[in-house]
Amino acid sequence: MDKTDKKVAVFACSGIGKPLGSVAREIGYELTERVRPDTTVLTCLALMVIGDPEALKRIAENPVIAIDGCVLDCARKSIESHGAKVARAYQSIDFFKKHNSLKPEGIAELNEAGKKLAALAADELGEVVDELLNGEA
Amino acid sequence: MTDKPRKVGIISCSGEAIPGGTISRVACRKVLEELRPGQSVTICLPLFIAGGEGEKMFADLFPTITVDGCEKRCAALGTANLSGKPARTLIVTELLKKRGLPPTTKLRNLGDEDKAAAQAVAEEVAAAIDEVLSAK
Repeated sequence: MDKTDKKVAVFACSGIGKPLGSVAREIGYELTERVRPDTTVLTCLALMVIGDPEALKRIAENPVIAIDGCVLDCARKSIESHGAKVARAYQSIDFFKKHNSLKPEGIAELNEAGKKLAALAADELGEVVDELLNGEA
Repeated sequence: MTDKPRKVGIISCSGEAIPGGTISRVACRKVLEELRPGQSVTICLPLFIAGGEGEKMFADLFPTITVDGCEKRCAALGTANLSGKPARTLIVTELLKKRGLPPTTKLRNLGDEDKAAAQAVAEEVAAAIDEVLSAK
């Protein structure tokens, strides 16, 4: 694969029980839809559970960012369980600690503070994407 | 004689990259919070890999219903392989077709049509819970 064909594969928490899981998911959307739509690709974490061949190829050939919602680190561990390396791993609580006035609430529907927190986190991760694709990481 | 189960485990694929994954997630939250709060529990699907033996025993503790967003059936296959055979396997796209609803297209910021789809799927999951609890 040519270097220019590479995209950063983004995996977010599939959590269904905590607002910080929803923040991780929203960061994934903000990063791949708004901040770096041309150089990132969001992939369903559930595909790691079944070892989907296409998804495994993606993590083998591209830098991977994992964004988890809690300390259980499901996204990172799921990728690593297939022998792939995670270039950068985050927990959404780390971004909340930086912007602690933005308290996320809601699971099925994140509140405005949670969405703003996710947008700020994604802005930060955009630079990480650039570094990974430029081989600076 | 075994006791009848009083709760059903629902496992959503929650796929981030497909509209059906978002519907599966929202519908399952609706079941847990509004439609069958006392009769349903859940576990995050990737915990079957990232968790310990306790998480893997989930399907031993509860009869399970999987809710997948697409035909890859990650929740159904993952649960069967890593925890135990589900009692029911549901797929969002099939449920919407059954209800005469169009496929959804959004990953987030759901509109009225998407919310109606999530409600319909939630009702189907709730009905499946009732069947499982009455069948055992």
